[in-house]
Amino acid sequence: MSSLPPYASPLQRTWHYTFRTLCGLIFFFLIFPILVIIPLSFNAQDFFTFTPEMLALDPDGYSTKHYVDFFTNPDWQNALRNSFMIAPAATLLATVLGTLAAIGLSQPHVPFRSAIMAVLISPMIVPLIIAAAGMYFFYSRIGLQGTYWGVVLAHAVLGTPFVIITVTATLVGFDKSLVRAAASMGAGPITTFFKVQMPLILPGVVSGALFAFITSFDEVVVVLFLGSASQKTLPWQMFIGLREQISPTILAVASIMVVLSVMLLTVLELLRRRSERLRGVTPA
Amino acid sequence: MTQPDAPALAPVLTQDGRPLKASLSRALRREKLRAFLLIAPLLAFVLLTFAAPIVDMLLRSVDNTIVPETLPRTVVVLADWDPKAEELPGEAAYVAIVEDLREAVANKTHTRLGTRLNYEQSGFSSLMRKSGRAVEKIQGPDVKGQLIAADAAWGDPVIWQTLKLYSGSTTKGYFLAALDAKQTVEGVEMLPEGERIYLMLFGRTLLMSIVITLACVVIGYPVAFLLAQLPMRTSNLLMILVLLPFWTSLLVRTSAWKVLLQQQGVINDLLVWIGLLSDDGRLVMMNNATGTIIAMTHILLPFMILPLYSVMKTISPSYMRAARSLGANDWTAFWRVYFPQSVPGIGAGAVLVFILAIGYYITPELVGGTSGIFISNRIAYHISSSLNWGLAAALGALLLVAVLILFYVYDKVVGIDNVKLG
Repeated sequence: MSSLPPYASPLQRTWHYTFRTLCGLIFFFLIFPILVIIPLSFNAQDFFTFTPEMLALDPDGYSTKHYVDFFTNPDWQNALRNSFMIAPAATLLATVLGTLAAIGLSQPHVPFRSAIMAVLISPMIVPLIIAAAGMYFFYSRIGLQGTYWGVVLAHAVLGTPFVIITVTATLVGFDKSLVRAAASMGAGPITTFFKVQMPLILPGVVSGALFAFITSFDEVVVVLFLGSASQKTLPWQMFIGLREQISPTILAVASIMVVLSVMLLTVLELLRRRSERLRGVTPA
Repeated sequence: MTQPDAPALAPVLTQDGRPLKASLSRALRREKLRAFLLIAPLLAFVLLTFAAPIVDMLLRSVDNTIVPETLPRTVVVLADWDPKAEELPGEAAYVAIVEDLREAVANKTHTRLGTRLNYEQSGFSSLMRKSGRAVEKIQGPDVKGQLIAADAAWGDPVIWQTLKLYSGSTTKGYFLAALDAKQTVEGVEMLPEGERIYLMLFGRTLLMSIVITLACVVIGYPVAFLLAQLPMRTSNLLMILVLLPFWTSLLVRTSAWKVLLQQQGVINDLLVWIGLLSDDGRLVMMNNATGTIIAMTHILLPFMILPLYSVMKTISPSYMRAARSLGANDWTAFWRVYFPQSVPGIGAGAVLVFILAIGYYITPELVGGTSGIFISNRIAYHISSSLNWGLAAALGALLLVAVLILFYVYDKVVGIDNVKLG
């Protein structure tokens, strides 16, 4: 299937090209919605669609005014600042707790392993609206509703399953005899952890942290319920803008976020190659 | 192993003189403890910040303490009253409720009680407000007559029946409401056909999640198949097209679909431009079920492709070659040899997509209109707008049960340890 043999029959040829076309269309479906908003964000009008001037490639049809609005409008700047205040704190908490737990779970003798795993993974599985509703009531009772730390704690707990999953995946390939070797040479458990284990599982920890960061940075349901106006994040501002359909600035924000996810993807790809190199697999 | 009459062997000792067995079990215990100490902080964190709030919310779905707390005397008097007899309770019940209401007015809890009982029987909210003002003036004998004179509703046995039905500190009322049923003196009764909305909404959530899951399987399978067949270098490159949407913000993708699908949007413009549609015949693809299905299929597709790909990657191409060398044509080789081996991947992806789909909130809220919303949207409405938190909790509990069953299935099919991301 990967390439057509020279002896392929006409029917096989037809099918081969039909299949390739089909897959091409699906890739188009996957990527087109994300890419189409980038040119649209340079629209000189306040429309969500291509104007005739844009289609005629007239420079007057294009403008950066939506970007200017994003960078000057206090609402958006405030939202951006809040996002950058909440996400790193949530990421740090999720990564530290998640990495420790993943190392614990990878030990050979853990009682109730699968039950513990189910509880730890549940924030990823339980519908967000249920988590958000529960947290709204519970956090109001303990005075965390509408506070910075309330949102940080909630986002951290939502991010931990991703840290556990990615770190566990790297630990599968971790050679335990390295720890024993370090111990036999007189290193204490803490030295062993920081000098031997940590550098080797670092790619998993970093990609887990990126997952946790993006979970918080992209999360809107919980923050809508749990936050107050002073915790308004970027997704929150986008959600309101989309629901009321007023601000074309959303397309500029969305385009910036697409560029951010491309950068993120690049970092992850580099990490993946590094970890494969460290394990002695030649990167493809 | 040992003969019954053989002399007992001396226990094997370690160097420090302990029995080996004890020494080993001590080491094991210490290892277990160390593992547990590493896990404990996160476990405590998840239980406190995540599990406890959910349990707390679920308890609201049966909580009815507001009635017995606000009307303690009335509840006691009503215990002996038979609600099935179509007559009003005696003077004692009226005396009790007037006393209870006086206290409630002083504590300003009577309107909350009215709101609570209004969920079960409309009219209670205004009745409580009105009676709250009236009880101040009631004096002397014939409390019953005076209260009925203040508001004729107190002369209606239905009001008293509802009070009696909801006098306990727990209630099935919210769960019944979530299932379009109602408690009556005769027992549980379904609401009239025209008022059943939640079963319809649960049905729609399930049905649309199934449609979305099937669409993801049908669209995702060929792509995963192609990616698994291509040489690593090419497939890694094409994989970016799958991973980029996966890593792009949910709101970015939803706004993209909003831009594409609206009536003055890009797709409609394109169809009008190539002459497939007339300008006034633009398709309505948004604010209905179509919009939700298209946008959610796009959003959840990577969750289908990634597990499918990782399973297909493990299927050795030599099986297909062997089938062909034995005379199978391409289709037979695929269908009889390759496809059965890829089924675990379909299972893993489909359950994952389905679990994520039935709990979705943001996308249906933004592109679903009224005919494309899910049960989650209704839960959000009851928490933030109608403030019927008990009903929201009951709906949430039912949704949670569905998700947990699926989670269990997923654990059996894939194993939660084997979840892979990217």
